[in-house]
Amino acid sequence: MEWFNSWIQSLIGWFLNLDDRFYNNFIKEDRWIYLTNGLGTTLLITFFALIIGIVLGFLIALVRVTGDKTGRLKFLNGICRLYLTVIRGTPVMVQLLIIYFGIFGSVAVDKVFVAVMAFGLNSAAYVAEIFRGGIMSIDGGQMEAGRSLGLSYNQVMWKIIMPQAVKNVLPALGNEFIVLIKETSISGYIALQDLTRGGDIIRSRTYDAFMPLIAVALIYLSMVLVLQAGVKRLERRLAKSDRD
Amino acid sequence: MIEIKNLTKSFGQLKVLTGITETIEKGDKVVIVGPSGSGKSTFLRCMNLLETPTSGEIWVDGEEITAPKCDIDRLRRKMGMVFQHFNLFPHLTIMQNITLAPVTLKLQSKEEAGENALRLLQRIGLSDKADAYPAMLSGGQKQRIAIVRALAMNPEVMLFDEPTSALDPEMVGEVLQLMKDLAADGMTMVCVTHEMGFAREVANRVLFMDEGQILERANPADFFANPQNQRAKDFLSKVL
Repeated sequence: MEWFNSWIQSLIGWFLNLDDRFYNNFIKEDRWIYLTNGLGTTLLITFFALIIGIVLGFLIALVRVTGDKTGRLKFLNGICRLYLTVIRGTPVMVQLLIIYFGIFGSVAVDKVFVAVMAFGLNSAAYVAEIFRGGIMSIDGGQMEAGRSLGLSYNQVMWKIIMPQAVKNVLPALGNEFIVLIKETSISGYIALQDLTRGGDIIRSRTYDAFMPLIAVALIYLSMVLVLQAGVKRLERRLAKSDRD
Repeated sequence: MIEIKNLTKSFGQLKVLTGITETIEKGDKVVIVGPSGSGKSTFLRCMNLLETPTSGEIWVDGEEITAPKCDIDRLRRKMGMVFQHFNLFPHLTIMQNITLAPVTLKLQSKEEAGENALRLLQRIGLSDKADAYPAMLSGGQKQRIAIVRALAMNPEVMLFDEPTSALDPEMVGEVLQLMKDLAADGMTMVCVTHEMGFAREVANRVLFMDEGQILERANPADFFANPQNQRAKDFLSKVL
């Protein structure tokens, strides 16, 4: 039981020295800058990866749905299917390492760019399936009604199917964005100083794991909360056509 | 104005239409009746190519719409369609539902389309619903809006696919009344329905279909009083 006693003592000591440790981990030598710089990098990666994910995912979903429904775009549809299989079938960390060491291994490439590509390309696959599910959830009568009025397939897709599909998939999409934010925490594997790595660096200076990790966790949590609030607002705005 | 020549349609092994030849003249009010699974809806949906025929030809105003090079979107503008389940666009207001197609296709300016829609809504007594969403309307109101939405394209013919089958009984009347008004205005109509009263009152021709074929064509008085075909007799004895 010796380990238990020493564990209890260290816990007690943790609470006794809270202000000292706070000073040591964040104030001394301006160590908080590791966190703010890391947070900036994390936000940068997440933001651009999000955009790539949405745009590319949307396009892939369009190709998949149009291909499956009308039999057109056979070649593109095949490529998209292969893409989804490969991306969703392998870990995002392996993809990140392959892009960094494999594809850009021989050139001095900006690491943030690599991370944006890796996380963006990965997220696109999941966003594509979310959008595809949303489009397929719309009753076939909507397409028929639009076409019977003389609108083209693309016009119906754009004006009638998509707005309803996006509204339906908003919760799932918000979920994917939350996953994406947190997934960027593996950026440290290509020696990128993101938020997680920032906390790690502090830990290596102060030999104190608890303080910086809790700080990092709280920052991730607040980012997710902000994102959640944003998605909820959007959901409410799009729900105006539902019965009161 | 619609000429159907030897039309067939199969879904895989299942032959739904087995050779239909029929002509719809301008001003016709044709009602198609028959037991379920007889192919009436498929026949109707072939007329604006919502179903692609397996073989045969369909001509609309002298244009073959079954020809590969035909611009079906342009021809569908002339043919309004009303569905059993209304198929209003739930994310758009009633006004937007009605004006979407004419504005998107640049047939009318937004203002023109809006005025036009309001006039149509006034006619059916629903102008106060212009800014409501479909989810806030009753079934009968939805179907009347769906009819008005088709009318906003100024079609030459209206196709009705069991327009009252999904309605509560007390709402059937208002929809049928609107259809009767349309008929009285001289609209060319093709209607699949189980409303025998409507057929008797409005149709100038009744087509009885079974097993993918038209087995009897008659004016409604003759059809209901004195059907010639044995299966038509059986059918009428069950529904009347």
